[in-house]
Amino acid sequence: MSKIENKIPQGPLAEKWSKHKSDIKVVSPANKRKLDVIVVGTGLAGASAAASLGELGYNVQAFCYQDSPRRAHSIAAQGGINAAKNYQNDNDSVYRLFYDTIKGGDYRSREANVYRLAEVSPLIIDQCVAQGVPFAREYGGTLANRSFGGVLVSRTFYARGQTGQQLLLGAYSALNRQIAKGSVKMYTRHEMLDVVVKDGKAQGIVTRNMVTGEVKSYGAHAVVVATGGYGNVFFLSTNAMGCNGSAAWQCYKKGAWFGNPCFVQIHPTCIPVHGDQQSKLTLMSESLRNDGRVWVPKKKEDAEKLQKGEIGPNDIPEEDRDFYLERRYPSYGNLVPRDVASRAAKERCDAGFGVNNTGKAVYLDFKYSIERLGVDVIKARYGNLFQMYEKITDTDPYKEPMMIYPAIHYSMGGLWVDYNLMTNIPGLYAIGEANFSDHGANRLGASALMQGLADGYFVLPYTIGDYLANEIMTPKVDTNAPEFKEAEKAVTGRLEKLFNIKGSKTVDYFHKQLGHYMWDYVGMSRNAEGLKKAIDGIKKLKEEFWKDVLVPGELNNLNPELEKAGRVADAIEMGILMAQDALDRNESCGGHFRDESATEEGEAKRDDKNFTYVSCWEHKGDDKDPVLNKEDLVFENVELTQRSYK
Amino acid sequence: MADIILKKLYIKVWRQNSPKEKGRFETYEIENISQGSSFLEMLDILNDKLILEGIDPIAFDHDCREGICGMCSLYINGRAHGPDREITTCQLHMRKFNEGDTITIEPWRAGAFPVIKDLIVDRTAFEKIQQAGGFVSVNTGGIPDGNAIPIGQDDAEEAMDAAACIGCGACVATCKNSSAMLFVAAKVSQLAKLPQGKVEAKRRARNMVAKMDELGFGGCTNTGACELECPKSISISHIARLNREYLAAKFSE
Ligand SMILES: Cc1cc2nc3c(=O)[nH]c(=O)nc-3n(C[C@H](O)[C@H](O)[C@H](O)COP(=O)(O)OP(=O)(O)OC[C@H]3O[C@@H](n4cnc5c(N)ncnc54)[C@H](O)[C@@H]3O)c2cc1C
Ligand code: SF4
Ligand code: FES
Repeated sequence: MSKIENKIPQGPLAEKWSKHKSDIKVVSPANKRKLDVIVVGTGLAGASAAASLGELGYNVQAFCYQDSPRRAHSIAAQGGINAAKNYQNDNDSVYRLFYDTIKGGDYRSREANVYRLAEVSPLIIDQCVAQGVPFAREYGGTLANRSFGGVLVSRTFYARGQTGQQLLLGAYSALNRQIAKGSVKMYTRHEMLDVVVKDGKAQGIVTRNMVTGEVKSYGAHAVVVATGGYGNVFFLSTNAMGCNGSAAWQCYKKGAWFGNPCFVQIHPTCIPVHGDQQSKLTLMSESLRNDGRVWVPKKKEDAEKLQKGEIGPNDIPEEDRDFYLERRYPSYGNLVPRDVASRAAKERCDAGFGVNNTGKAVYLDFKYSIERLGVDVIKARYGNLFQMYEKITDTDPYKEPMMIYPAIHYSMGGLWVDYNLMTNIPGLYAIGEANFSDHGANRLGASALMQGLADGYFVLPYTIGDYLANEIMTPKVDTNAPEFKEAEKAVTGRLEKLFNIKGSKTVDYFHKQLGHYMWDYVGMSRNAEGLKKAIDGIKKLKEEFWKDVLVPGELNNLNPELEKAGRVADAIEMGILMAQDALDRNESCGGHFRDESATEEGEAKRDDKNFTYVSCWEHKGDDKDPVLNKEDLVFENVELTQRSYK
Repeated sequence: MADIILKKLYIKVWRQNSPKEKGRFETYEIENISQGSSFLEMLDILNDKLILEGIDPIAFDHDCREGICGMCSLYINGRAHGPDREITTCQLHMRKFNEGDTITIEPWRAGAFPVIKDLIVDRTAFEKIQQAGGFVSVNTGGIPDGNAIPIGQDDAEEAMDAAACIGCGACVATCKNSSAMLFVAAKVSQLAKLPQGKVEAKRRARNMVAKMDELGFGGCTNTGACELECPKSISISHIARLNREYLAAKFSE
């Protein structure tokens, strides 16, 4: 039995959430007015939560590091959002969405959480429509759907290629309405630098005003962390430049457990790295794999000529092209899940068959579908993506195949939370990509937007009441209390320390080094030897960073390098924990592939006997190793099977 | 097929340490920039060089670097988002420049967007305009089914055209009157096109325009410059729809 209290309600799966809602406490309107809630992060998860809590009557203070909540990285999501509406009459249901998500996550998530996610998903679409989100429509005026990888039904709602933008602008408008009413106070260009735990409960945060440099505390009866994912530990990723895991990391250092840090998702269709001047990677929508065929040359000498630029893709005759996904996975072909497609690309490139000057790219070819469907159909389907590709690479994908390569995209791991989305620190909540729940070892396409909004609109506003009902007698938090002053001192001390090192290397230098360790050893395939190498290497990098980093500018002024330095310092430590977690998990599941745990044909092999648990890492001090707690995953409703796409 | 390397470029850039200080142009040399690099990567490289030379790096806003967050906001060689159509600054590539070029970079210039530092301006005024009415007044929950009210495909598409605005402010920076009409019109028009937003359309138009005026943005004289520089091709026809809603609001007062 697991000793970890995850608060999952008893009873049949389909009744757990409604039963739980009727069991938990509710705060009266008069008392809500007296309760303060801090929401850090105003992406889909944070904006929806802050707006909903404000509507309920709580006093909300919300924070983000950009100059507007509308700029959170949720804005960049392209493809769509899932919901079990069954509008297509294709026999979709809450159960089917639940099952697809559990299976897609390779059986490393909680049944009860995932079921709830599926259960509230239809409400999200209704809510967004009411806000004026311009979802795609059929001629008859009903909502349109498309299908996405790994599922048999059509349940993805979308707004052109800008679904994340439109959903975020919807949540942002709801948030703006509350800001205007005064129920939410919004702090932009404010970065959270610590969480304050007092009397065993989260009671506030310490922030730095990014314009003036002022370090200041804010108190509340509960703190909600909605700060997104930590993909930027890898330096190059599809995340925005400012995305960071620092807020979650500060919570971890104050005692909150970090769940499954090694579970990150690698997306197979990104524009390849062009050289060492690159700052980030751009995703090309997964939908392209519906009509593009992935290949590399069969002959090594052709690949070498391509790498030297002596020939182009169109010089390679049909019979010399290796459509390796179709070859290895005849039944799913080019539509295998993200992790499988990514590893297969790496395998070919590692074997020397990469097609660009770095040897790290494969072709995604539309020639065949253009021949079959005509250029107009392809243009209608992917016109804007083709244009974006051409802007970046200066090649025309109608004439030459695209070049793609996998890149880090999403973090399934995050702060451990119970069924109420509360971390193991009372009063500290984590929602959206920042928490570990729901996606297990691999996230399905179009499910992150769903989870962020489910958490923010329909789960947290209920579950937080259960905790806050016990806080109605707690007076307004006094930020002059010693716990706050100490935290402020520690934050200021760290900023000064970073600033005063005045070493010889820029922050980016260290970030890039970290990225190399992570990508090479904690990336698409991992093994014990490599992971140990990464841990040692990153530990040395950490020492070097704290001796030799150079932070220019001023402490008390706008200073992007100082901001970055703090985030990279955290990312270095997170990298170590990610490698430790990957080392512990000697099985292959979802996005986590251990060379030691593979079939003879090189496919992933899960080990349910030994690893059906959530890794909950507990910080024990800066110079001590963290402790691994395990939450056993119990499956009462689905049977665990090995995924096969052959 | 390797990208051409630009051996030398001159970057003439606005430096201003704080809102109170007077700004000035400085020119820096930079070497060996691949034409395949993005404009912001070029600035990253320049900043790395400045840092190592002990010079404060150039502050500029950016985040997603894929043309959707609206954070990047540079005025390059006299044009908002630089010398290319339908892109943001972060989507601009060095292919658009030649060996030996001098590239002039300024912040957005508008009274309502004061400079914070170097190339970073304060666009809080945009937030205030949205807070004045850029929403549908519904709470979370208790909502009818998403398919309860049919919306014609054309209306949904037109609403989407307007909703594509990323709130960057290029329209304001481009307009000789520093008007925010295109930005305001995009939101008013999006919501007026949809039954859910139609209910409050007049009030929304009135409140958002009043806020825009109050915050010091200029009036619209229909020059159409904003439309040409808007990275998302927001059409000035939305301004016409805004004017209709605004006039209707005035008449019903
Ligand atoms: C290119 C791309 C495409 C995607 N496409 C899809 C898709 O089609 N469908 C899908 O379901 N998912 C998609 N995803 C995933 C999905 O977009 C994200 O997982 C999701 O939007 C995360 O939302 P969030 O609210 O948790 O975090 P974010 O939107 O990242 O918001 C984080 C917030 O936290 C704030 N913040 C962070 N740190 C701090 C700090 N220290 N102090 C103060 N504030 C802080 C930020 O300012 C921001 O407001 C995509 C992701 C990417 C990168
Ligand atoms: S209308 Fe165009 S230029 Fe103006 S803020 Fe919106 S996207 Fe930017
Ligand atoms: S950085 Fe996001 S639009 Fe340019």
